[in-house]
Amino acid sequence: MSTPERPGTRLDPWFDSYAARAHAMRASEIRALFSVANRPEVVSLAGGMPYIGGLPLEELAEMTKRLVLEQGEVALQYGSGQGDEGLREHITQVMALEGISAHPDDVVVTTGSQQALDLVTKIFIDPGDVIVAEAPSYVGALGVFRAHEAEVVHVPMDADGLVPSELDATLTRLRAEGRRVKFLYTVPNFHNPGGVTLSLERRPQVVEICQRHGVLILEDNPYGLLGFDSEPLPAMRSLSPEGVIYLGSFSKTFAPGYRVGWAVAPHAVREKLVLASEAAILCPSNASQLAIRTYLDHADWKGQIKKFQEQYRERRDAMISALEEHIPDASWNVPEGGFYVWVRLPEGLDSKSMLPRAITARVAYVAGTAFYMDGSGSTHMRLSYCYPTPERIREGVRRLAGVVDAELEAVSIFGREYRPGGGTVDFPSPDLA
Amino acid sequence: MDVMILAGGLSHERDVSVRSGRRVAEELRDRGLKVSIHDVDMNLIPALHASPDAVVWPLLHGASGEDGSLQALLELAGSRYVGTRSKEARVAWVKSVAKAVYGRDGIATPEYVTLPQSLFREVGAEQVLDAIVERFGLPVVVKPARGGSALGVSLVTERADMARAMVHCFAYGDTALIEKAIDGVEVAVSVLGTGDEAHALAPVEIVCDGPYDYDARYNPGRVEYFTPARLDEASTSAVTEAAVGVHRRLGLRDLSRIDIILDAAGDAYVLDVNIAPGLTETSLFPQAAVAGGEDLGALYERIVKSATR
Repeated sequence: MSTPERPGTRLDPWFDSYAARAHAMRASEIRALFSVANRPEVVSLAGGMPYIGGLPLEELAEMTKRLVLEQGEVALQYGSGQGDEGLREHITQVMALEGISAHPDDVVVTTGSQQALDLVTKIFIDPGDVIVAEAPSYVGALGVFRAHEAEVVHVPMDADGLVPSELDATLTRLRAEGRRVKFLYTVPNFHNPGGVTLSLERRPQVVEICQRHGVLILEDNPYGLLGFDSEPLPAMRSLSPEGVIYLGSFSKTFAPGYRVGWAVAPHAVREKLVLASEAAILCPSNASQLAIRTYLDHADWKGQIKKFQEQYRERRDAMISALEEHIPDASWNVPEGGFYVWVRLPEGLDSKSMLPRAITARVAYVAGTAFYMDGSGSTHMRLSYCYPTPERIREGVRRLAGVVDAELEAVSIFGREYRPGGGTVDFPSPDLA
Repeated sequence: MDVMILAGGLSHERDVSVRSGRRVAEELRDRGLKVSIHDVDMNLIPALHASPDAVVWPLLHGASGEDGSLQALLELAGSRYVGTRSKEARVAWVKSVAKAVYGRDGIATPEYVTLPQSLFREVGAEQVLDAIVERFGLPVVVKPARGGSALGVSLVTERADMARAMVHCFAYGDTALIEKAIDGVEVAVSVLGTGDEAHALAPVEIVCDGPYDYDARYNPGRVEYFTPARLDEASTSAVTEAAVGVHRRLGLRDLSRIDIILDAAGDAYVLDVNIAPGLTETSLFPQAAVAGGEDLGALYERIVKSATR
């Protein structure tokens, strides 16, 4: 039947040249489904996109014009690798709202806090090192950790956030196994995707446990100022300046399009972060930094955060009431800030398996499997309320209820034979992270 | 000449369609044609009316693009368009109906059964699955009766995995096609032309380091392609004759891709029929054309110019 051997083609002449870690980077079926999610016909409860429509766009246009006319020669030029000094000064004032006392020299401005995540991972992680993270954990961080070939060990959360006794037990076990734990990655406020906040009383406990085990804390805090009903809790960085690297961002409190975030780190670590950042990008965008500095100087940014809080609270309420009305058999937390509701599906359903049905019904969510490195999470899905209007949220949840009913029907037909779960880890595209 | 490419849509294969559309548009523009790309939305009919003489090339994959409905719309609008007409598209789209039609000409296809989700409920899933396994043995392939790009497809080697494969499949559509898995050489044969003019391009052999799933199809590297397939003359004839036979029997027009498996005995089994084959950078149709010495731009221009109302 066959003729003798001759070479074929893999359509990629460089296939054998890639680093080993690149072979794990693949487009998945799930990413294909999400190509539909951005169409207007689909109610996307998937994306973590801030509600930019809530910003005073005309005022921003004026500011941008003035910036280019008055400071154009600086704004459009290369800048400092550590970031604009004036902006760093402002950043210390923003962080003071969460109890952090820092000097502008302690701050490294980055291209979104996502770059800071990458830099910290780059300078600390050798392949096979362990990072401890909440279960579930931010999908964008998991992507970075995977790219640097770290092993992620998840620690459970409850309604008060990361469980200290579980963290202690996990770190003890890993040490006994001779594993090198480099840091704890944690999102303490209005967790993505969990929606929960680490309680005030647990914060010093987590800090103490990590100190005792000699483990650094990477505190990622994009949502801390977006609480609905309460004052911000003190950051863990304020409890242990030498034991915590803190990541902040303007993406949620202002606008992600500027791509400006920052890291605050112990002195020696900060020096390495600056060198690593210069090697990667030379310097963060001066235009973006100066635009944000102008905004912080001239606009009522605290008032804008309050407006965002009100808008997101209204959307959270719409989502929770729609879930209560339409999908009462599921369970969820009620977030007190941030963007996300973490929903446990009715028994027997697999959120990843159900996704094509949802796309057909013109509604999108992120399957829980995206937030674990070990393929678990299929019993949950993340719903975002930040971007759609309350009316669209209600419509989306109503559609989702139909999807859940149809999937329950399919699963019930196959009854005890059906075993959900398992499968590969899927990383959504950036606008869904 | 104006060309309107239709790409996107709301099917699960939107991403593939968008990529196909961009590639074809680029090739045609390089040939000096005026090309616009349109999604299937509220703007489509006004766009068709605004360019009554344009040739439309529907490059939508999955439902509405391949099930005949978009073609019916183009016929209503009186458009000149590339590809299979609505009546034939409807037949080709439903895998079980298409198999029955070309099966009449003695073109083989793996033993299969198509069953709606409701039947499993009414008769009892365990009993139906037992009957399937008893009849076909394992492994079997479970796939949506309508659709493409291997979405919702599972190769089941253990009886215990059948239920999960069925639920996965039913998430994509309400009817499943379960067929006996055949071990052999997997080839894709692209067919050009219409009626007696239809002819096969060189078969492309697909060697994959696992199932030829979505990941393998659209991420270069996991699959090694051999064009033409490493087949002797008799086997090459078997697969090309089967492909051209299917294309003619189903009344397909202009271009199609027929997926075939050749077993150890040299028998060709048709697995799938695509009336809007993928035309992305990793797709099989362009590979076959280029291997045959075709310039893609010139080929696409010929296809556009031969389009009729």
